[in-house]
Amino acid sequence: MTDMSNTPEGAARKKRTAKRYAAEKRFEYIGLAAVLSAALFLVILLWTIVGNALPALTYNYVKIPIDLTTEKLTAENAGSFDYRKIVRNGIYEAVPGVKGRKDRKKLRGLVSSGAAVELRSEVSENPQWIGTKQDIYLPLSDTADLYLKNLMGDITRPEAERKFSDIEIKWTDQLKEQGKIESRFNSIFFTHGASREPEMAGIWGAVVGSFLTLLVTLVLSVPVGVGAAIYLEEFAPKNKLTGFIEININNLAAVPSIVFGLLGLGFFLNGVYLGWFTLGGGFPRSAAITGGIVLALMTLPTVIIASRAAIKSVPPSIREAALGIGASKVQATFHHVLPLAMPGILTGTIIGMAGALGETAPLLLIGMVAFIVDIPGGFTEPATVLPVQIFMWADFPEIGFQQKTAAAILILLCFLIAMNAIAVWLRNKFERRW
Amino acid sequence: MSATKTQSNDTNTAKIACSDVHVFYADKEAIKGVDLNIKEKQVTALIGPSGCGKSTFLRCINRMNDTIDICRVTGNIQLDGQDIYAPEVNVVDLRADVGMVFQKPNPFPKSIFENVAYGPRIHGLASSKADMANIVEQSLIRAGLWEEVKDRLDQPGTGLSGGQQQRLCIARAIAVSPSVILMDEPCSALDPIATSIVEELIDELRQNYTIVIVTHSMQQAARVSQETAFFHLGEIVETGATEEIFTNPKDPRTESYITGRIG
Amino acid sequence: MSEVSEKTNRLVGRNSARRPLELAIKALLFACAGVAILTTIGIVFSLIFETLRFFGRVHFLDFLFGLHWSPQSAFEGAGSTGSDVDNSIVFGAIPLFAGTLLITLVAMCVAAPIGLMSAIYLSDYAHPKFRKVAKPILEILAGVPTVVYGFFAALTVAPAIRGFGENLGLTVSSESALAAGLVMGIMIIPFVSSLSDDVINAVPQSLRDGSAGMGATKSETIRKVVLPAALPGIVSAMMLAISRAVGETMIVVMAAGLAANLTINPLEAVTTVTVQIVTLLVGDQEFDSAKTLAAFALGLTLFFITLTLNFIALRVVNKYREQYD
Repeated sequence: MTDMSNTPEGAARKKRTAKRYAAEKRFEYIGLAAVLSAALFLVILLWTIVGNALPALTYNYVKIPIDLTTEKLTAENAGSFDYRKIVRNGIYEAVPGVKGRKDRKKLRGLVSSGAAVELRSEVSENPQWIGTKQDIYLPLSDTADLYLKNLMGDITRPEAERKFSDIEIKWTDQLKEQGKIESRFNSIFFTHGASREPEMAGIWGAVVGSFLTLLVTLVLSVPVGVGAAIYLEEFAPKNKLTGFIEININNLAAVPSIVFGLLGLGFFLNGVYLGWFTLGGGFPRSAAITGGIVLALMTLPTVIIASRAAIKSVPPSIREAALGIGASKVQATFHHVLPLAMPGILTGTIIGMAGALGETAPLLLIGMVAFIVDIPGGFTEPATVLPVQIFMWADFPEIGFQQKTAAAILILLCFLIAMNAIAVWLRNKFERRW
Repeated sequence: MSATKTQSNDTNTAKIACSDVHVFYADKEAIKGVDLNIKEKQVTALIGPSGCGKSTFLRCINRMNDTIDICRVTGNIQLDGQDIYAPEVNVVDLRADVGMVFQKPNPFPKSIFENVAYGPRIHGLASSKADMANIVEQSLIRAGLWEEVKDRLDQPGTGLSGGQQQRLCIARAIAVSPSVILMDEPCSALDPIATSIVEELIDELRQNYTIVIVTHSMQQAARVSQETAFFHLGEIVETGATEEIFTNPKDPRTESYITGRIG
Repeated sequence: MSEVSEKTNRLVGRNSARRPLELAIKALLFACAGVAILTTIGIVFSLIFETLRFFGRVHFLDFLFGLHWSPQSAFEGAGSTGSDVDNSIVFGAIPLFAGTLLITLVAMCVAAPIGLMSAIYLSDYAHPKFRKVAKPILEILAGVPTVVYGFFAALTVAPAIRGFGENLGLTVSSESALAAGLVMGIMIIPFVSSLSDDVINAVPQSLRDGSAGMGATKSETIRKVVLPAALPGIVSAMMLAISRAVGETMIVVMAAGLAANLTINPLEAVTTVTVQIVTLLVGDQEFDSAKTLAAFALGLTLFFITLTLNFIALRVVNKYREQYD
């Protein structure tokens, strides 16, 4: 081996070996680059989302003098009173000296159109204010808020090209210098339902909708999925029917989610067509229960496959021990196998539910895209869910909604991360090596 | 060290000289200071009860242990006077010179021809297609497989019988013209007839190659080897001429093993 | 004899009360398993039912092989007999199939090499500590909802590609197939890598040892022994990934176009089967119009394609597993 390198043949071989090692290194670096590029994609994705979402977590409020001395306002009608005029007079007072109809209209627009609603709820909570004058913080308009957050784009552009005119900039800067503008935690976003106005739009309706829908999915898919898994693992005879069910489940797991939406829609269309029920007579298409059923069917294969794996991992000796002391097959399964398989089943279920939580397409088809302002109060009320809300907001042209969308995504991701963290925790805590 | 020195311990005539070889798996010491000289163009058998470290030791000679992350080798192993664990040694060149045949026949899922051509191809040993065909033919002839497969070289190697597969693996090892062939229980997965064919082959190969064979069967060691080293609990208990060891063991442990009192 | 009968009773009588209950439980469990079959039947029937009604108005050859898709101009309204001539022209699905294929192709160009090489690197090269960090990253990538990828594609990737293309003097559509395909590819990377990881690990260690024992480097072993041996598994993994890409909806709905262009230029906007299903069905639609029914015909086509891909892939993978078991 040693003297080889002195001969010409040995030198050629040495060169070849060096070349092969270079190829080896190259291959390794390509692999590393592949992993790093995947990681890079994730970083860019999260960076984009978080970067866009952060501004939406705060909102700028302006302190304006509110005159609640009008006689028409009483403790009884505080919850239904129209506060628009009061807000209007307040902003005129805060920025004095604005004359002319056009300018005054612009000035009014500096405060959110939802400010009156905000004021109503504040006064309802503080009835002692009635008959007094108060300085109250009310939300600015969407454009003013974006300007203050430096998200309006290039404000040196010609006035006609931007949504925020020179005079509005002047007023806003003036209010800011007077210390009348305060950036606060955006509680509206977390407590309100959907709205056409970016500053009034909140995520709470979608969160509740998602929760209700997921609850339906959970209640339907887990018992059925676990039951099917128990049957297939413990009781099913090895025959053609069982084989068919197995192939069926595997293929169902790979059916595109949108097809499940078509299934749900087809069911409704045919139901109407064949006169099984009438729309509006029963529950609406956009109800949590409809979405939950469709998602349950979609999640079912995942739950079955995960549960089967968990049941399979329980060693036969446990079954034999139970059968050996005279337990029936059913008893052995429910008393011994199922409890031991439970952590695995739970983990699989949570992962399936996380998938259902992020699912959009089938819900679009069954009509959960309706514009729903109210927060759903039950399973049969019109509702929307987080991912659909994200989809709808992403389509709105206002820049303000871009941040809302990102913030909604951030919330969705937080829920998903929490669910997965629980799944991982469960797996680690209860994982058993047989 | 309890190894019994014999007349073959002259480093200058040894093809492979090992001294104070230790192998660790994580913290566990699997080989505890082994000294062994392996003579050129002879068959050396490594025998001993299972788990005694003979396979681990064999895998040190062509640095197959490098592929196991937790495995660490210390000591000195010289091939033709060159330390094979020296930093300037390319493991790729080393393995081209020290071929290996495994316990279970492991032909690649390729044609018979491609199985044998694999080594020459990666090492760039053939200058032309005809050259390659020649190498393949010669290797198969030497492995005693040519007559059986010459008409179906394009058939998958996995379609051969177990004994044929093992001879194919030997042909594959020969094709890169190594000087040493390591065999890790090459007959343990074969039936008696295939075993005897492979054993005959090993005896023939001795003319051109230095062979180190790990075997479970003492009879096989007696049949094919000229030199024998007896491993026990990670150490070499006794080395020497095969005849000597089998007829006149010096160490009581060797004797117990040979007579079947320990297994 | 009473002693004997008592003994017999001990064997046959004692637990007879629990038999009906157990049978009922078994029946219930069987019913649970049956739900999976019912779902499939439900899917097939709801799709076929509407599709047949659609083919009553548009000839299925016109649908499958027509080159022009513009359902907006379709004659609408119930009982649209006599408008068949019009509808057969506007419901040609070839541009949708071509668009789907183009975007899937772009996606696979991203996902196949990155996913496969990641799997190889993580299983054969990476330090265990590195692996411990990298695997969860891929899992997170797999767990991100598709609507998020869609937002990312529309907000970040599409404008970036457009800007980049314009710097090079290219005209890039703001809804280019490239942007949608690229992001879809990112989404599929973890899918490809975990499937590849499974099949690569199924190649027995003895083959790797055999190759290493001949003096092959790691990459030579992988390229010349492991990958060829794992080829059937890798092919079926890719088929499953393609089936994923074909059925993916949200990314293309948010980032691909609506116009049914028949083109192979990834810088132009194309539309896909799933985009059209969503477009035809979302919003106010007449339940009985040819447009609505066309969506079901598209859905059936999609179902059939993905089912075929999965069925073949699962068979290949099972065969391949048996080979090394």
